[in-house]
Amino acid sequence: MATRSLVVVSAGLGSPSSTRLLADRLAAAVDRLLRDAAIDPTVEVIELREHAHDLTNNLLTGFPSPSLQAAIDRVVEADGLIVVGPIFNASYSGLFKLFFDVLERDGLAGMPVLIAATGGTARHSLALEHAVRPLFAYLNAAVVPTAVYAASEDWGQAGVAADGSLVERIERAARELSVTIATREPRGRADPFDETGGFGEMLDALEKKGTGHRSSG
Amino acid sequence: MQFGIFTVGDVTTDPTTGRTPTEEERIRSMVEIALKAEELGLDVVAFGEHHNPPFVPSSPTTMLGYVAARTKNLVLSTATTLITTNDPVKIAEDYAMLQHLADGRVDLMMGRGNTGPVYPWFGQDIRNGIQLAFENYALLHRLWREDVVDWEGQFRTPLTGFTSTPRPLDGVPPFVWHGSIRSPEVAEQAAYYGDGFFHNNIFWPKEHTQRMVDLYRRRFEHYGHGPADQAIVGLGGQVFMRPNSQDAIREFRPYFDKAPVYGGGPSLEEYAAQTPLTVGSPQEVIDRTLSFREYVGDYQRQLFLIDHAGLPLATVLEQLDMLGGIVVPALRREFSAIRASGVPGAPLHPRVQATRAARSDGPAEAA
Repeated sequence: MATRSLVVVSAGLGSPSSTRLLADRLAAAVDRLLRDAAIDPTVEVIELREHAHDLTNNLLTGFPSPSLQAAIDRVVEADGLIVVGPIFNASYSGLFKLFFDVLERDGLAGMPVLIAATGGTARHSLALEHAVRPLFAYLNAAVVPTAVYAASEDWGQAGVAADGSLVERIERAARELSVTIATREPRGRADPFDETGGFGEMLDALEKKGTGHRSSG
Repeated sequence: MQFGIFTVGDVTTDPTTGRTPTEEERIRSMVEIALKAEELGLDVVAFGEHHNPPFVPSSPTTMLGYVAARTKNLVLSTATTLITTNDPVKIAEDYAMLQHLADGRVDLMMGRGNTGPVYPWFGQDIRNGIQLAFENYALLHRLWREDVVDWEGQFRTPLTGFTSTPRPLDGVPPFVWHGSIRSPEVAEQAAYYGDGFFHNNIFWPKEHTQRMVDLYRRRFEHYGHGPADQAIVGLGGQVFMRPNSQDAIREFRPYFDKAPVYGGGPSLEEYAAQTPLTVGSPQEVIDRTLSFREYVGDYQRQLFLIDHAGLPLATVLEQLDMLGGIVVPALRREFSAIRASGVPGAPLHPRVQATRAARSDGPAEAA
């Protein structure tokens, strides 16, 4: 049986949090669908709350603590990601953004990602499309089409949202992510310390690259 | 093996007194620290180069020339020389001149500089950092080795029939180290030329230092300069000592907590556990420093950072006394006892080597 690693990043603040509740529902659905596709996934959840101080320290010192490094390693080496956080002030929360700010460059390039969020009311649901999706587009991740937003009221109603109930949206997004994961080869991680072709080649490559830079794009 | 100190030359308010030294005081304290290092028999003093406040050392060869005139034994070096924003022609001229005046007691450490605005202030772009480091150094390397140079590149006016004067002392260019914290390209560059590689070994966990040095050693051998374990490696280190470990921690903590680099971040204890920072007794510094060898192999140069974060000069001089009086003699003894045979010392100009060979009592042999 083929294997793939699924990592869930949850930026919920309470314990338990509705963010974690949504994250677990999404993870369970993706896990089930991958098993249906004859893939044996490993599922790991990273609670950013546990790394909050280390994330601040990483911003200030430039390097992660050993436990944060382990979390980062799991994320960038995953075959697929589910990211869930609360919407604060019309966007992702600071804690959610901090984690993606300290990842190594190109760490999420090509990564299948399911984006999801929680909030008090459905009025904030488009923050996923206007804030979270562009963030992952910038990181060159492969974000699946369906983003899942859960307002408090969604946990008690069925079929009220225009695009179906929360359960249906979870199922649709999970299907999109599981298909993306299942149809791709396992992701590798580039090692910058791999030996290069040589100094001459490096000079040539730099000349061809000119002055291009990621943040100018 | 060489031991010495390196300084960034920051003007920082002493957080325990609220007092900020003047630029003049800071510059004079750097001189005093260098003279004390000579007096204590250390091998190397290296000065930083910066072009923005709160740093004073914008003009390294002025400083090094002054120190050269007042010392006899110290090797004078840089930490680092900005190979990206300085004109390589001027570096060739300035350091060859210094070499003559200092009887060969000169080497350099090249670095890119990571302060964005410095690049445009000198007509460059930080996004070309690696490319500037490669092209400028390639030109500098030729200017010291070829009497007449024709050259054309991307970043400076072409040269036709140019001779950099004075020529290096006795035809031997200053030895060059390349410093980088995290760019494998720089380790590759150092290996390609058979130059030294220096890791500051201060700000990041030892695993980063280890990976950079390991890459450099492998590639040094690949380019035919000799076996990997005989490549030329230098490391930094950051220490604060008191005879009593707890006194060192108590005294250094306010400086650590407010330091520009890590202040407001992890605790002193966390940072000391995760990076090579050592705050404790001289014996703890000796033990920690000896452990560096376990992850980089036998190496040639160890520089300590001791005068930063607003520490007053009197305190820094006390640090130097412990470094020169207790730590370095022990490290010389211990390292030489465990060093594998065949490992070379840090390259010295032949004149310096001759002087040291002729002296029987000095701080030492080239290794």
